[in-house]
Amino acid sequence: MQIYLPIAEVSVNAFLILGIGGVVGILSGMFGVGGGFLITPMLFFVGIPPAVAVATSANQIVASSMSAVLAHIKRRTVDFRMGCVLLAGGLAGSAVGVWIFTMLRQLGQVDLLVNLCYVVFLGIIGGLMFIESLNAIRSSRSGKRQPRRRHNWIHALPLKVKFRTSGLYISVIPPVLVGMAVGVLAAVMGVGGGFIMVPAMIYLLGMPTKVVIGTSLFQIIFVTAFTTLLHATTNYSVDMMLALLLLFGGVVGAQVGTRMGSRLKAEQLRILLAALVLAVCGKLALDLLLRPDELYSIGLAGA
Amino acid sequence: MVRLVLALILFALPVPAQEIVAGLSQNRISISTNFDGSEILLFGALKQGANPSDPDSGVIITLEGPRVPLTVRRKDRVGPIWVNRSSVEVDAAPSFYAVNTSAPLERILNFTADLRHEITVGEAIRSVGAPPDISDSLAFTEALIRIREENGLYQTNIDAVTVREETLFNTSFILPANLVEGVYTARLFLTSDGEVVTQSSQTIYVEKVGLERFLYTLAHEQPLAYGFLSLAIAIAAGWGASAVFRYIQS
Repeated sequence: MQIYLPIAEVSVNAFLILGIGGVVGILSGMFGVGGGFLITPMLFFVGIPPAVAVATSANQIVASSMSAVLAHIKRRTVDFRMGCVLLAGGLAGSAVGVWIFTMLRQLGQVDLLVNLCYVVFLGIIGGLMFIESLNAIRSSRSGKRQPRRRHNWIHALPLKVKFRTSGLYISVIPPVLVGMAVGVLAAVMGVGGGFIMVPAMIYLLGMPTKVVIGTSLFQIIFVTAFTTLLHATTNYSVDMMLALLLLFGGVVGAQVGTRMGSRLKAEQLRILLAALVLAVCGKLALDLLLRPDELYSIGLAGA
Repeated sequence: MVRLVLALILFALPVPAQEIVAGLSQNRISISTNFDGSEILLFGALKQGANPSDPDSGVIITLEGPRVPLTVRRKDRVGPIWVNRSSVEVDAAPSFYAVNTSAPLERILNFTADLRHEITVGEAIRSVGAPPDISDSLAFTEALIRIREENGLYQTNIDAVTVREETLFNTSFILPANLVEGVYTARLFLTSDGEVVTQSSQTIYVEKVGLERFLYTLAHEQPLAYGFLSLAIAIAAGWGASAVFRYIQS
């Protein structure tokens, strides 16, 4: 069934878009990532113009994150207090990120920088997570217990707050900084930032994996909602028809994904996410390194 | 606009020895939600004296979409990676362009006539300002044509115009699904010995209707409201799916 999209000005197969939304929704429910780093390349692939793909996927992520977060709230795996602290940092960070993005656009080569950012961050995060979770699985098989979280300099900082859901009593400074750093990267790379946020919460803040996913999704809703509004008012590039198709698939997928995620062990979840992140990283790296089939591309003037 | 004025002048002139009259199967194409490309039939007749079955003469019909400025970029190798390095601004390129002819182009149209009337797609693209550091700006225009030909946006259909009984002709254009709205112009040329003997033109309006029109207008005229509406739909859908699943599970 073909549907003509009013903003993208192309005709697409409705079931194909529903399928893309569904797959990304499952991943987002399982891993707590918005899926922006997956959905945008997929939309490019089916012929949606890049600007519309980026803006519309932000809108779709709001929907699938909302759907997944509600499932997580029911299972009490959302740390609202931590989410709000991260969000405060995140919004400040994205304002800085938007400013950096505008500066880079004036210098040209913003596409290249975004791609390099993706490869570097996906590579580092995916690699570290993969090794860490592999070790965790190995040690849990051999019957050894994970060492308890060490007390380090993070615990010596002032402004300590109790995050009951996460079982943490730490200063608000590290989460705010993490939120800000992710906000900057998310704005520059045009994604919700879940794939950076999730490992940062696990490894830097020491939050339990089960709580991390719901909390990450909670703050992604606000970041992507903000991005959607920004795109809608400045570039007019949010395609509501495309978003509708994507989110029908996405919200259902997110529910399925959350249930699948709750059956898996934390290490298994992390290693799957690491593999996914590494796969996307590999694909992007190949795109940069191999000679493209078509050297030329067409864009609107001034864009 | 210039072409339209030209066409009007042509009609106002005393009846030339040879004249071409034409009609369209439809002069308004509506892009609705289930729009999946369209076909336009163009038919007409030649008046007096002209003889398109004569091996030296022919009928060429072009259909052109609205022109927009574009940027064509080329990737080059910098160190180990491929990046967009050089770009050429194209001042005006039609969003859609089709040339249908009654015989091979090189037989019925000479170079000067093509240049003057901008008949083939290469002539219809206007590119002036290539930066001084790019010596092969022609390669960029060729790439633009090649990419759009692959997408079915630029077509050259030789022998697609059928001429019957030396006076009647007809042809059809296949419009792809990724059509841009705007005013489309169909031009008809009767050639003899490679020169254009007479020409005429027709206008087709392509526009979004219904829901497509509503969303497009809203997005451009009330962007903030449109953005909030998109968010409201997203949040409602997320909440709805969650509620439905909880209901199913309980």
